[in-house]
Amino acid sequence: MKNIKKVLCLTAAAAMVASAVMPTAVFAEEETFKIGVIGPMTGDYAQYGVGVYLGAQVAVEEINAAGGINGYQIELLDAGDDMGDPEKSVNAYYDLLDNGMQILCGTVTSGAGIAVGAEAAESTFMFTPSGTAVDVITSGSNEFRMCFTDPMQGVKSAEFISEHELGTKIAIIYDSMADYNTGIHDAFIEAADTYGLEIVADEAYTTDSNSDFSVQLSKVAESGAEILFLPNYYNDNALILQQAADIDLQATIFGVDGMDGILSVENFDTSLAEDVMLLLSFAASDESEATQSFVSAFQEKSDGLVPNQFAADAYDVIYAIKDAAEDAGITPDMSNEDISAAMTASMLNIECDRLTGHTTWTEDGECEKDPKAVVIKNGVYEFVD
Amino acid sequence: MMSFISYLISGINLGSVYAIIALGYTMVYGIAKMLNFAHGDVIMVGAFVILTAITKAGLAPWMSVLLAIVICTLMGITIEAIAYRPLRKAASPLAVLITAIGVSYLLQNLALLLFGADAKSFVTIINVPNVSLFGGQLTIKGITIVTIIVSAIIMTVLTLFVKRTKPGRAMQAVSEDKDAAQLMGVNVNTTISLTFAIGSGLAAIAGLLLCSAYPTLTPYTGSMPGIKAFVAAVFGGIGSIPGAMVGGILLGIIEIFGRAYISTQIADAICFAVLIIVLLVKPTGLFGKNVQEKV
Repeated sequence: MKNIKKVLCLTAAAAMVASAVMPTAVFAEEETFKIGVIGPMTGDYAQYGVGVYLGAQVAVEEINAAGGINGYQIELLDAGDDMGDPEKSVNAYYDLLDNGMQILCGTVTSGAGIAVGAEAAESTFMFTPSGTAVDVITSGSNEFRMCFTDPMQGVKSAEFISEHELGTKIAIIYDSMADYNTGIHDAFIEAADTYGLEIVADEAYTTDSNSDFSVQLSKVAESGAEILFLPNYYNDNALILQQAADIDLQATIFGVDGMDGILSVENFDTSLAEDVMLLLSFAASDESEATQSFVSAFQEKSDGLVPNQFAADAYDVIYAIKDAAEDAGITPDMSNEDISAAMTASMLNIECDRLTGHTTWTEDGECEKDPKAVVIKNGVYEFVD
Repeated sequence: MMSFISYLISGINLGSVYAIIALGYTMVYGIAKMLNFAHGDVIMVGAFVILTAITKAGLAPWMSVLLAIVICTLMGITIEAIAYRPLRKAASPLAVLITAIGVSYLLQNLALLLFGADAKSFVTIINVPNVSLFGGQLTIKGITIVTIIVSAIIMTVLTLFVKRTKPGRAMQAVSEDKDAAQLMGVNVNTTISLTFAIGSGLAAIAGLLLCSAYPTLTPYTGSMPGIKAFVAAVFGGIGSIPGAMVGGILLGIIEIFGRAYISTQIADAICFAVLIIVLLVKPTGLFGKNVQEKV
């Protein structure tokens, strides 16, 4: 017995030594930039996470084919699946670090992003394609964003509605339990006054009772609203649209980026979404060359899935990372902290103009670009001029 | 006034869906004396079977519903035989309860694996025209009427079945005293299997009605209505068939009125507050019998 124990001990010790030595050896040989994606690959918001991961893949393959970053290839690590949950997201972050991640493209959802942002602060460069809550990137100076924040989406929606004279009587139905929805809702209410909009109905629901909207919708109908603003994710909004049709609600529906994806809900009667407007900066139906080549590359990877704004944002994130990395002249042998510091400084020098419009970044990590909106006509997005 | 009536109708609609689910809970509890927390997920499975049969296999709606009832019934029997029966003699009744929660997660995750997480819109199966009253001021949805009628029919048939038929009386006997029933020649295992079969078959119908009223389907569709229906069953007196019906409808009305007149945000809290108050004031529920334990 004693001998067996000794052997076991020795093997264990040998294994420990080996595992301590191995990584450095491996790292020295592999000269690639390792980028990680964190987002919901399964669960309620999988549509977003999968879109982001595929969008990033398209960009990485293009960049690698063109010679990589500073002469080094990019390796996109297996996606970290967080199901949109903050705790799982932090675990995914550390898993990816264990796998050698140097730059983070993520997270996809806001709640998770706030948690991961706190961990990545001043250590690993973080660039979120779609985390719209303000606090996702406030923990550290090395954190950047590709999309509008929740408050910005609220403000820009109000601006858009007023500038295009869509109506002045606004009703809102929103999930009061989720950060995303309340963030946009609060900013919209605040901005409404400035843009001469009147809130005639402000109805909440909760994440746990998101199937019956009859009460909220009849209050909206009674209020005589011209516009129904829905700052919610697409699955809830699909049900709201169905029940709004039941009571023959006349108001124009206006949604934000979370509603992107409503047309691909299985069996959803897309005629219900006719004339719905969305505040989006990407439409797959746009005829520009950049968009069309992205769409076809994306569809090749995904068996014909139509890329949403999240996918386009992720594509732009990878290119912005490339631009900043080239400006900073970083190499894969640098530590995460050094890469992060160099990239942070370079982010202020770059300009990006690919799928989601001309973008620059401020010191806070926020992007600056003009809002655009699409309207759904015959089941496809069309940009509103 | 019109809005009051329309809220009342919404409440009855929501309530009758709760009622059908609660009937399944209460049947199983009343006879097998266990809380089948996986019941809500059997509903979800039923709805997925219907949806897949119609959209993927191209079956006629009535065939798909029938198929869903058969599959759910078989699944109910299998779950009982594999997961619950071996634990029936366990020292603590908690063992079965925890297994039921495990089965619930198993079903959710299997559905997640098979059908994916994306919400799917449910197809329209029940095509009953809306009824317009008072010159169009008030509209009652066709599905609301169907749901109420179906729940009433199921409740009546179940009550008659349990009271008047031989297997029904065997169920009552098992409910009262398993060992004595066995001594009297009742096959306890078959009787409990039958209970699960009926409860799960009902779940398929509940899935149809739930998803017709609120046409969205995800692997988690059954869980919240399942919990609410459990509240409804306790509210009405768990084990009592008319109790489940009344409890379900009352809970639906309370939820919608809470949302309309108190706050849309605490409607769920109101539902669960009802559960707590009922348990404090009348622990056996509205229709529950207070049975004295004899030593």
